[in-house]
Amino acid sequence: MNTTAIVEQIKKDIRDNDIVLYMKGTATLPQCGFSAVVVQILNRLGVQFKGVDVLPNPLLRQAIKDFTQWPTLPQLYVKGEFVGGADIVREMYENGELKELIDAKGIKVTLK
Amino acid sequence: MAMTVEEITKLIKLSIPDAIIKLVDQRGDQDHYQATIHSNLFAGKSKIQQHQLVYQALKGYMGGRLHALSLTTIAITETSKK
Repeated sequence: MNTTAIVEQIKKDIRDNDIVLYMKGTATLPQCGFSAVVVQILNRLGVQFKGVDVLPNPLLRQAIKDFTQWPTLPQLYVKGEFVGGADIVREMYENGELKELIDAKGIKVTLK
Repeated sequence: MAMTVEEITKLIKLSIPDAIIKLVDQRGDQDHYQATIHSNLFAGKSKIQQHQLVYQALKGYMGGRLHALSLTTIAITETSKK
């Protein structure tokens, strides 16, 4: 898969899934502390999300950083919009903004 | 890879001259920092934009020479100055 195809796949994933988390590792086996923090937050909020592991695919790992002009991982998307990395997601979770955003976007809480 | 507190502070100040920076080397390896940065330039900007200002100041080192930088950005506004 070349970079153009990868970018198309990114656009498709963030369009077709309410919540997408580009991360190192998987939701069940995060490979980086920052990715694990965001997975934990999403699990606490009880929302479904698509985890995309960038570790096996260096082209994807670079493409997502270029796509958002954001140099690090993880990267969280809600309804196609880039929300932020671990710091911003944690800050938003702690001050209730993340729950507000998810409710405002009509994303159902399914796992409780 | 690693960066010193001085290097990081200098780079940030080049792009954000009024920045008040508190840097903590969380693991003592000069590669995992926690930074709290106050600046006037953050005023009126979203968190993403504020953090992007800092990442741009670090000129591509972020995620390369500097592995992890946990960021807290705080806008200095007119009211917060009084």
